[in-house]
Amino acid sequence: MARFVIRRLLQSAVVLLGVTVVVFLLLQLVPGDPVRVALGTRFDPQTYEALRARAGLDQPLVVQYVNYLGRALTGDLGVSFRSGRPVTTIVLERLPATLSLAVTAVLFAVLIAFPLGIVSAIRSGSLIDHAARVFSQVGVSVPDFWMGIMGILLFAGVLGWLPPSGYVALTEDPAGWASHVALPAATVGLVTASILTRFIRSSMLEVLSEDYVRTAEAKGLRTRVVVLRHVLRNALIPVVTVVAVQLASLLGGVIVIEVLFAWPGIGRLTYDAVQARDYPVLQGAVLLVAALFLLVNLLVDILYARLDPRITVK
Amino acid sequence: MSEHVLAIEDLTVTIGTRRGPARAVAGVDWSVRPGETLALVGESGSGKSMSVLAATGLAPRSARVTGRVRLLGTELTELPEARRRRLRGRHVGFVFQDPMTSLNPVLTVGRQVAEAGEEHLGLTRRAARSRAVELLDLVGIPSAAQRVDAYPHQFSGGMRQRVVIAMALICEPDLLIADEPTTALDVTTQAQIVELVADLQRRLGTAVVWITHDLGVVAGIADTVAVMYAGRILEQGPVDAVFGAPSHPYTSALLAARPDPAAGGGDLVTIAGAPPNPLDLPPGCAFWPRCPVRGDARCEHELPPLVPVSAGHQVRTFYPRRVDEEAQ
Repeated sequence: MARFVIRRLLQSAVVLLGVTVVVFLLLQLVPGDPVRVALGTRFDPQTYEALRARAGLDQPLVVQYVNYLGRALTGDLGVSFRSGRPVTTIVLERLPATLSLAVTAVLFAVLIAFPLGIVSAIRSGSLIDHAARVFSQVGVSVPDFWMGIMGILLFAGVLGWLPPSGYVALTEDPAGWASHVALPAATVGLVTASILTRFIRSSMLEVLSEDYVRTAEAKGLRTRVVVLRHVLRNALIPVVTVVAVQLASLLGGVIVIEVLFAWPGIGRLTYDAVQARDYPVLQGAVLLVAALFLLVNLLVDILYARLDPRITVK
Repeated sequence: MSEHVLAIEDLTVTIGTRRGPARAVAGVDWSVRPGETLALVGESGSGKSMSVLAATGLAPRSARVTGRVRLLGTELTELPEARRRRLRGRHVGFVFQDPMTSLNPVLTVGRQVAEAGEEHLGLTRRAARSRAVELLDLVGIPSAAQRVDAYPHQFSGGMRQRVVIAMALICEPDLLIADEPTTALDVTTQAQIVELVADLQRRLGTAVVWITHDLGVVAGIADTVAVMYAGRILEQGPVDAVFGAPSHPYTSALLAARPDPAAGGGDLVTIAGAPPNPLDLPPGCAFWPRCPVRGDARCEHELPPLVPVSAGHQVRTFYPRRVDEEAQ
């Protein structure tokens, strides 16, 4: 297992290096001159050249990249064009908000999707199955921002149970955090839950028709044991990937939802950085998201090997 | 009659399909006594597996099952599923056709062998595990104590089928159902598995229902045989009687279709035509369109009854082939 993890970590490092190249080059292609934007109306040629030189933007691309990479390895992702603060600090500040929203949303989704998907598969064709299918169809079809707005109208406006937007750090005030995270997490979670419910249902249905499930039934095991030990464990293997992809994409920040709920996460940060052409911050945000993505993938691979004994052996 | 391990009477299974109800089993009776081997033979789709699955409550959900099924004197059809499940797990062991798919890939073989012991014998997890080791050893898995923690994909097909047999035997069932257990295996392994089951049966006194289309196996291990066609039994009785003096044209044709290695090459004998569509069964004898004897209009329109030809030997035809004719 240790060797497997080390190998995967090395692979991840290579991928991350590739990401830095792509991020670096892509941003060169984005139209608009960041220094010009930063200066705005205070533009004069001398300051402009000085700022460009200070940011290293007057040097050849390769040199710029190598410098960038060298600093990045020491944790220095540059300085925000806009605020002048270190990018690493800015990005890491936003991480707890995004992490807590993503994890809460996925937990919410899993808590809905697992029971619903499982029951819907076992009682396929029943009323519950039809209800579950309508739920997931609606959840996938309705845009999340609209659901978010409706949520705000209902729970913050009409009922007044929850604050309409804003963020409180979990570490400062857990209850305040919970009331603030509820709406955005439920909004994002419902979409994720719809996708997951469908997936769990079809994965369960597939496994239910396997010969080894009939074997388990032939042994006279209780339905609960057959479903949990024999069906679910096998059905989970593909579902894990979907959960992970969902989690990873939420970790990348849910831009629309974060903007809608004034949630100061990575998505919001990315949005603002794009608006302001704040290249270093944008690079930092994308790099962090890529790193999180790779981390989640690594965890999934490890989980896979735990769930499916055939994998480590191959 | 009460000493039967499993006796089914007038068992009918109708499966709901998109194109209407398909009658998979139609009024079948058979029974098996302790320690005895009953062979169910017939082509694919003849209802041999379905009759066993339906009798033990394993028929697909879309199936409607009627008739009487007595397991060790208990009428199963009137029992709630929970009790039927317990009886099935405790007293009936199953070995299915394909060992590559009938084992759960993510559980160790030991766990899969042990779990029925935990469920029905109330064994602790540890006790069930050591029992699993004993059984794996019994079915001839080398170094069973180590292999108990291996996963199915680490075993060959023949070894997997041995695992399945161990699994079926953990509760020392009164009846073992072997549903074409050798079909998916290569020929040498087939012989080993047949020998293993026959040996275990002798040692444990288990009754066996052996579902197969391998007539050679039937002749070798079965006491009684039931030949099924399109959901009905066409001929049944002691193996010696049925094989020695096949009275139904279908049985004779099946026996004639057996490849004979001694005869050397040459064309294989086949039975012309195909079994009838279970969605649209003929009113009379289902074998009539393919029958080499092809009696008269009665065969086409009227179902022949199952009539005795000798002690325990019954046949469903208006034109039983007589033993004395055979001698001429």
